[in-house]
Amino acid sequence: MVTTEKPYKVVGTRPIRPDGTDKVTGRANYGADIRLPGMLYGRVKRSPIAHGTIKRIDASKALALAGVRAVMTAEDLPRKGRREFAPLGSVKISLATLSGNVMARDKVRYEGHAVAAVCATDPHIAEDALELIEVEYEELPPVLHADEAMLASAPLIDEALHTREMATGESAEEPSNVAMHFVAEMGDVEAGFAEADVVLERTFKTQMVHQGYIEPHNATAFWRQDGGLEIWCSTQATFVMRDHLAGLLEHPVSQIRVTPQEIGGGFGGKISVYLEPLAAVLSRKTGKPVKMTLTRDEVFRATGPTSGTAIRVKLGAKRDGTLVAAAGELVYEAGAFPGSPVAAGVRCIFTAHAIPNQRIDGYDVLVNKPKVQPYRAPGAPAACFATDSVMDELAERLDLDPIALRLKNAAVEGTRSADGAAFGVIGSRDCLEAIRNSPHYRSELQGPNRGRGVAHGYWYNAGLESSAYASVNSDGTVALVLGSPDIGGTRASIAMQLAETLGIAAERVIPQVVDTDSVGFTSVTGGSRTAFAGGWAAHEAGLDLRQQLAARAAKIWGVEAEQVRYRDDAVIVGPAGEDGGERSITFTELAAKLASTGGMIVGRADSNHASAAPTFATHLVDVEVDPETGKVEVLRYTAAQDVGTAIHPSYVEGQIQGGVSQGVGWALNEEYRFDEKGRMENASFLDYRMPTALDLPMIETVLVEVPNPGHPYGVRGVGEVPIVPPLAAVANAVHAATGHRFTELPISPGAVLEKLLPGED
Amino acid sequence: MQAVKYARPSSVEEAVELLERGGAGARVLAGGTDLIVLARERRIDVDLLVDVKALEPLTAIRYDPADGLTIGAAAPCYRIAAHPAVQEHYPCLIDCATLIGGVAIQGRASLGGNLCNASPAGDGIPALIALGTAVEIAGPEGRRTVAAEQFCTGPGRNVLGSGEFVVALRAPPPDGRAGAAFRRFIPRGEMDIAVTNAAVHLRFDGDRVGDARVAVGAVAPRPLLVAEAGAALAGAPLSEATIEKAAAAARAAARPIDDMRGTVKQRRHLAGVLVARCIRIAAERAGVGP
Amino acid sequence: MRAAAGSRRIVVGATINDEPQEFLADERDSLLEALRERIGLTGVKEGCNNGNCGACTVILDGRLVCACLVMAAEVEGSAITTIEGIASSEGLHPLQQAFLDDAALQCGVCTPGFIVAAKALLDVNPHPAEDDVRLWLAGNLCRCTGYDKIVQAVLDAAGDGKESA
Repeated sequence: MVTTEKPYKVVGTRPIRPDGTDKVTGRANYGADIRLPGMLYGRVKRSPIAHGTIKRIDASKALALAGVRAVMTAEDLPRKGRREFAPLGSVKISLATLSGNVMARDKVRYEGHAVAAVCATDPHIAEDALELIEVEYEELPPVLHADEAMLASAPLIDEALHTREMATGESAEEPSNVAMHFVAEMGDVEAGFAEADVVLERTFKTQMVHQGYIEPHNATAFWRQDGGLEIWCSTQATFVMRDHLAGLLEHPVSQIRVTPQEIGGGFGGKISVYLEPLAAVLSRKTGKPVKMTLTRDEVFRATGPTSGTAIRVKLGAKRDGTLVAAAGELVYEAGAFPGSPVAAGVRCIFTAHAIPNQRIDGYDVLVNKPKVQPYRAPGAPAACFATDSVMDELAERLDLDPIALRLKNAAVEGTRSADGAAFGVIGSRDCLEAIRNSPHYRSELQGPNRGRGVAHGYWYNAGLESSAYASVNSDGTVALVLGSPDIGGTRASIAMQLAETLGIAAERVIPQVVDTDSVGFTSVTGGSRTAFAGGWAAHEAGLDLRQQLAARAAKIWGVEAEQVRYRDDAVIVGPAGEDGGERSITFTELAAKLASTGGMIVGRADSNHASAAPTFATHLVDVEVDPETGKVEVLRYTAAQDVGTAIHPSYVEGQIQGGVSQGVGWALNEEYRFDEKGRMENASFLDYRMPTALDLPMIETVLVEVPNPGHPYGVRGVGEVPIVPPLAAVANAVHAATGHRFTELPISPGAVLEKLLPGED
Repeated sequence: MQAVKYARPSSVEEAVELLERGGAGARVLAGGTDLIVLARERRIDVDLLVDVKALEPLTAIRYDPADGLTIGAAAPCYRIAAHPAVQEHYPCLIDCATLIGGVAIQGRASLGGNLCNASPAGDGIPALIALGTAVEIAGPEGRRTVAAEQFCTGPGRNVLGSGEFVVALRAPPPDGRAGAAFRRFIPRGEMDIAVTNAAVHLRFDGDRVGDARVAVGAVAPRPLLVAEAGAALAGAPLSEATIEKAAAAARAAARPIDDMRGTVKQRRHLAGVLVARCIRIAAERAGVGP
Repeated sequence: MRAAAGSRRIVVGATINDEPQEFLADERDSLLEALRERIGLTGVKEGCNNGNCGACTVILDGRLVCACLVMAAEVEGSAITTIEGIASSEGLHPLQQAFLDDAALQCGVCTPGFIVAAKALLDVNPHPAEDDVRLWLAGNLCRCTGYDKIVQAVLDAAGDGKESA
């Protein structure tokens, strides 16, 4: 359902995606589908222990196996210093961290940490060779929980790590597993709580969860004899990949070309390098192309989930529900290297609500688990789980409708958050009202053991750089060249924005995602920025085309360029001609004349806009709990979201439905389980338990369109915020069904039963 | 996957010989849905796969009102579930044949393989036990028969000796006044390993329970036949009290462990819940209301 | 590619997407490995390699199977249909068209498995209810769509779907 009418011709329609046919016929080439002449197959030898020192690596037996061509270790990678950085979006990432995670040097920091890689003429031989690589470890005690890791007595994962105070930039004297401490403050939090009639303070816990994309990571590399390095892989960020490889391998950027293959899901987990530098080194050693793919087991153990968290939330409110103060403490597991999304958690935890007095502390804490990576609205879902669970309890305590409480406190234009920024035009209230007015909310939930829950979430979205080249074909179509890997339909949504700008049908723009040598710098497909920033770049390329086409028409007509304009209906009009009528030529007619009137034309844009607008989402869910087994069934789900302008509503709905599905999985069953030595116990789709088609109902979406005034088509990112509210919404619904508050995820049948059967042994 | 050889014998005798000669590294390949994964992940040592799907006795499904049901050990679940006699007389087997894995797994997985895999949580095993199934085994010494409840000896272990394999599963003929059911508990709707499972077979004499067989899985190193639960039901009309007694007996017999799939407390509780649910469905299938 | 140490090369004859053919495989290849690496049918995807995601779903002698749970050596004499065999020279299969019309894919990597599985469903149950579709497709994981539009597309292809919005 779409709530507003728009003045657009293409934007807001539902054309078939340009890459669709290849994807429904099996012809689309994903990373693992590549096959090159003479290609070798690589595999990674991994640590079976969570924490230890590498005493010795002996690959001689593996190298002696027929068919094995090369083995590499960290010794084959340049040693990177702690103060060497590579760019990642608007931030920097330490090359020592990247390099250390790609392959362990001296020490293994988590089970599954890469220690060596091998390549052979056949995948079976490469696998056989793994068992022949001998690695000797000296085991160290693993640190598996953030609370233990923060103790002064905890074993150190990195002896050279000192807590950095982000407010002052200073580092602590003593080494610690706490990498960073963030603080955000606004107003006077003590005074705020003193004013409150009700104060609730609760602590929440979540476990590591994985993005769960269906396609395992893969990379194919060919290091040519002339030094050129070709990489084919599934990545959300070709240019980031290129720049990181340049840093890790100390190889010139100009010598590296990254060609994105189709990508089978990422959700943030396919930004970091893993296999690419290993395949590159193995290719350099052998002179052959080397393909590497991860197994599902490796994806779970050795790529990045998102953080397990411990979050304390304290809210103070007046009797009428007005929030007056909030305090939060967020402890996020970074995994084995610094870099949890705790800063984003700090930024999001209270921002959906207008609260005058706030104090938030965030800690980035190392544990002997895989290094976390971004996962859809990184850091925000766990924070929303905490805050909106307390909001629910507050509504109950004050006998207020949960939506009324949130409306009373909703952030509006001008509301400041703890990071100091004030909101522009936002759709926070609109989402709450859309849910309050929905048939779902107005329906009565009947039957025993059933409950309804609501939650309200926020995500800020990213802008960053994008490029686009658009060349007009003589048949009146436009070839659009993009640098953003298409992870879920952005070829379509970006092409549609160019079509809108030119006034032509969506099908007449033919988008292509190309390699890093073939388009200008384009940042990551992530942060919900691609339809926003890619679309903007396409629009600017379209404006460039409009100008050039008008100039060409002026040239043909022999008039001044200023006398000609490109109309929104793809007709170029000029001053009256000899017959007295207005001169005009359609886009299609002019396209056919370009070659004979001075040549074909290309529009181009390299754009970088910081005006990405935040989004809000309000979710409503009904559940039924089986009192005998503790199983929670999701009966009905409605998600309202401020989507800005929905370019292709079907894919906007799809983003919301997908985010809800991941959020429901996170709420009910998904978690990383480790044994006492830090070995993951459930590294398979069987035991990790992502939702199947049978575990979800149809997910109703309400697209609330509050256009972003900072974008030519009003686009806001839509992909991330839908995963923010489900955790709290489901927990609140289970509370309504059972009377029990769940402060830890997942709310698995065993956890529910534990509360329902307190007396039984 | 380590290097393996593949053989497809054309007689039971040839299969016995291959297995005997192959020793511990030789494994029977039926549906492969467990074996291929175990071999690929190098969790077992295997160097010879003996594909028994060319052997008629291992794939046939036969029904005779006097002899009962004979299911070839390698007959895939979808064929079991689609068999008219199974549908009419053994709905309990439909319960498990339609929920082992998803549709694509059921296209290959067999009840015989599920039994031989001897997982404590195997979803085919409690029903076979409750139905009083005999397991027909071929081996170097000829044929022998073992009761289903005696077949598994521990996690991944069974009574098969060198060169032996399961040919068929024989369920006794149905009784007009009998009913059986299988249920399991999993956190998701499908595609999961049972936290606990159970099966119950009830035979009625008039309105009293003549005899009852109650089996529970994933609560001990092997699926259990709980004689005390059957005894709690036998000899009296079915009532809430006898159902609770049987459920209590199942809870008492359970000796579960804590692992990533469930806790001791949860599993013991579920054993009672599932046994009670199975009793009610079995009674309904027998035409007796609870 | 060379045969792996200790492995034998075998020749397997099977009818693949209506074409009888012989292919060379390693004796320890799964059907998935043979289809992808030896024959080049890379529309068959690997998501987990242990039967828990359905990305490698193919139809083997009329039955849906996970290609990762079948040995290549087992398919001698069999008929196999992969995603590459679903469309015909006349055009896309109605399921493929419905997936496009309904935007039932995002990243698309699970799509081949879903379409093959859905085809097998419609072959045996041309007019499934929503619950039938959800149960049948429970062996196929999708992480992008929340299944909504996939289920809708199957219903639409069966002619039973409500008009999509």
